[in-house]
Amino acid sequence: MNNTFTPGVVPARLGTDELQQNFTDLHAPLSGHEAAVAADRCYFCHDAPCVTACPTDIDIPLFIRQISTGTPEAAATTIFDMNILGGMCARVCPTEDLCEQACVRELAEGKPVEIGRLQRFATDKLMNKGVMPFTRAQATGKKVAVVGAGPAGLSCAHRLAMLGHDVTVYDAMPKAGGLNEYGIAAYKSTGDFAAREVDWLCSIGGIEIKPGFALGNELKIDELVGDFAAVFLAVGLGGVNALGIAGDDKDGVADAVSFIQELRQASDLTTLPVGRNVVVIGGGMTAVDAAVQSKLLGADTVTIAYRRGRDAMSASRYEQDLAASHGVKLLFNVQPKAIHGNGAVAEIELEYTATENGKLTGTGEMIRVLADQVFRAIGQTLATEAGLKLDGRKLAITGAGRTSLAGVWAGGDCAAGGDDLTVTAVAEGRDAAMDIHATLMGSN
Amino acid sequence: MADLTTDFLGIKSPNPFWLASAPPTDKEYNVRRAFEAGWGGVVWKTLGEEGPPVVNVNGPRYGVIYGADRRVLGLNNIELITDRSLEINLEEITRVKKDYPDRALIVSIMVPCEEEAWKAILPRVEATGADGIELNFGCPHGMSERGMGAAVGQVPEYIERVTRWCKQYYSKPVIVKLTPNITDVRKPAAAARRGGADAVSLINTINSITSVNLDTMSPEPSIDGKGTHGGYCGPAVKPIALSMVSEIARAEETAGMPISGIGGITTWRDAAEYITLGCGNVQVCTAAMTYGFKIVQEMISGLSQWMDEKGHTSIDDFMGKAVPNTTDWQYLNLNYVAKAVIDQDACIACGRCYAACEDTSHQAIAMSEDRTFTVIDEECVACNLCVDVCPVEDCITLVQLAPGTVDPRTGKVVEKEYANWTTHPNNPGAVAAE
Repeated sequence: MNNTFTPGVVPARLGTDELQQNFTDLHAPLSGHEAAVAADRCYFCHDAPCVTACPTDIDIPLFIRQISTGTPEAAATTIFDMNILGGMCARVCPTEDLCEQACVRELAEGKPVEIGRLQRFATDKLMNKGVMPFTRAQATGKKVAVVGAGPAGLSCAHRLAMLGHDVTVYDAMPKAGGLNEYGIAAYKSTGDFAAREVDWLCSIGGIEIKPGFALGNELKIDELVGDFAAVFLAVGLGGVNALGIAGDDKDGVADAVSFIQELRQASDLTTLPVGRNVVVIGGGMTAVDAAVQSKLLGADTVTIAYRRGRDAMSASRYEQDLAASHGVKLLFNVQPKAIHGNGAVAEIELEYTATENGKLTGTGEMIRVLADQVFRAIGQTLATEAGLKLDGRKLAITGAGRTSLAGVWAGGDCAAGGDDLTVTAVAEGRDAAMDIHATLMGSN
Repeated sequence: MADLTTDFLGIKSPNPFWLASAPPTDKEYNVRRAFEAGWGGVVWKTLGEEGPPVVNVNGPRYGVIYGADRRVLGLNNIELITDRSLEINLEEITRVKKDYPDRALIVSIMVPCEEEAWKAILPRVEATGADGIELNFGCPHGMSERGMGAAVGQVPEYIERVTRWCKQYYSKPVIVKLTPNITDVRKPAAAARRGGADAVSLINTINSITSVNLDTMSPEPSIDGKGTHGGYCGPAVKPIALSMVSEIARAEETAGMPISGIGGITTWRDAAEYITLGCGNVQVCTAAMTYGFKIVQEMISGLSQWMDEKGHTSIDDFMGKAVPNTTDWQYLNLNYVAKAVIDQDACIACGRCYAACEDTSHQAIAMSEDRTFTVIDEECVACNLCVDVCPVEDCITLVQLAPGTVDPRTGKVVEKEYANWTTHPNNPGAVAAE
């Protein structure tokens, strides 16, 4: 039996029970009583700041009032009307940076209304009943292709289906859901929620999901444009940035997204190997998710090494604290220089950094950290540009996701602009759908 | 340290907080616990005549109105007078009074409107040693259908008659408890005075249906699918009770009559307000039924602190102090001009003031792009709605415009002199100002 101190990258550092406990819901769902108490705190603000802060513009005061008056199903409909993935967003949104940060009770008392958990309460209620509150409009006879079954693609597909179009959703992976299925920390989406959400979303009808189709391989953009009235690209960022340092290819060095993906798909967590000393390079949510989950799998020491200061970290302060509370050490202002080890990684060498005249430079001072596993979480890249115009390293868009090619829209992480958040992707998918609809129906 | 003792009709109690005649005072066990908790007095739950006691329903007796977080704002009940025998109640009253000579113990009574009935019970109550009686002319449910309770309280002649019998057959103070289920509370109060009552207490509960069950279509509380009106009490009724108390305190025919104030008293502040409108003490029920007897500790400490801060050494010091300031609308100063002012540091930018003013009042609050809310003095009529809906205390206040300044709304100079409707030029019946 392995334990926390077993050297190397090994499975079963913790027992089945402990692993199960470690990977339950990060935030337990609210009970009916808790929801009533939480809902009572909402002031029903005028032109509420929380709504302004929500990328999908959910009418938060209205849905909370609907909860407080005993109609959580109506509350869920209010949420889904703007954000059909409101169930997942309730679990993964960095609410501390969005609606809850803007809540006037955050200003008044440092304790916002628990909007995220209330949203989960409402959406769970309706989804657990298997009710899809929307119906399809009269068939338009138009066919639309959506490439990528992640948040942006699903949001777009649902809205298009609702408007009467027939939608085919392609995805490179065996399961639909995108990052919801493969990329989010397991304790944020428990109980196979991502897959249930896809099934529920598709219950509106008119959506066909075709797994195993990747853009650039099985799918060609010109063929799609020829076969469909419109195309929405929501392929995400399939490529992973390399560290570009000596030793990057040693055993034990891996992409954080692959690690998270394996973890999400693992049916038995005791089979999942993790290092005794884990170092995660990066400063985003992926870095935090990989680090915390390494710790939860039983790693002895886990360090996040980020090249800039705390304030520049794209993971929220809440996420940073979450990592710290799990015993993850946060190292700031260090950049990887070399990975040492005989075949497998044994140590990572980091150089301290300073920012001079707005430019990040190494100070020459080095630090070595024990590591038998190193995760790269330094950002992802577009896997294929499909011949479309780029804006920086992403697909260039104008308006509601229009790419440089007529009849092709794009949204989510693969498109330029916007934060790489689930909720932003949902908004972009929804808005592109409305623009596609208007274009197809000739009202644009 | 302020002296909280009261002498109400010669009945002394260590503080002005009495428990009203109601379920909390139905038996010895509860009353002893109440006295141990610190209550200054108790009005024993209403006794009925000799014989088989009344029966209560065996389903729910109470209905409720909630505020946020299920805070009880209003309670109603369909419980009748004591359903225990007269003998047992009298024995218990005797024992309790003997053990607590320093506390006030009043016995509430409700018997049929016949002289013999009162003549029979009063000597027996007198023999308990209790300090006085309270005539229950107020219960609006159940007993009123049998010609008692509110059925008596709604007919001034009956009040006067029964009160007179009580003064005839009972030697200690007689308090008449009034029902609010009438149009002019001064009439029954005056009748009580004519009958020789030593004091009035008010209000009893208000006719009410707290809610309707939308599944069964039955009013609540529901007994096997049927409901009836109950008596409403709790914080929600306080404004109604305060107004009725003030009317009795102000009316010529009842002014100066001792009053025991009842209705939604929940904190020391509520009690102090009743006393300023002329009450000699207060009676509490719903607050105790919601939180238990311990709440009297807060009432005692709070009233004591406030009295010390204000320099009041006794309850008499501030009793009735707000009565002279209670007047008719027509005498309010129309030259008093105020404007709402928003404290930007205290504002949490919820915008409720804006929504209320913009949608339902005078469009006198401006909202900027960055959610700064400011009062438009040209539109503000100082209605106070923004103050009332603001979730932050003292964030919005009404500030008086100094005489001599120009009111931006009317363009007129604010007059220094008091002027009311009786002399206003728009009043067809105006008299010339002196």
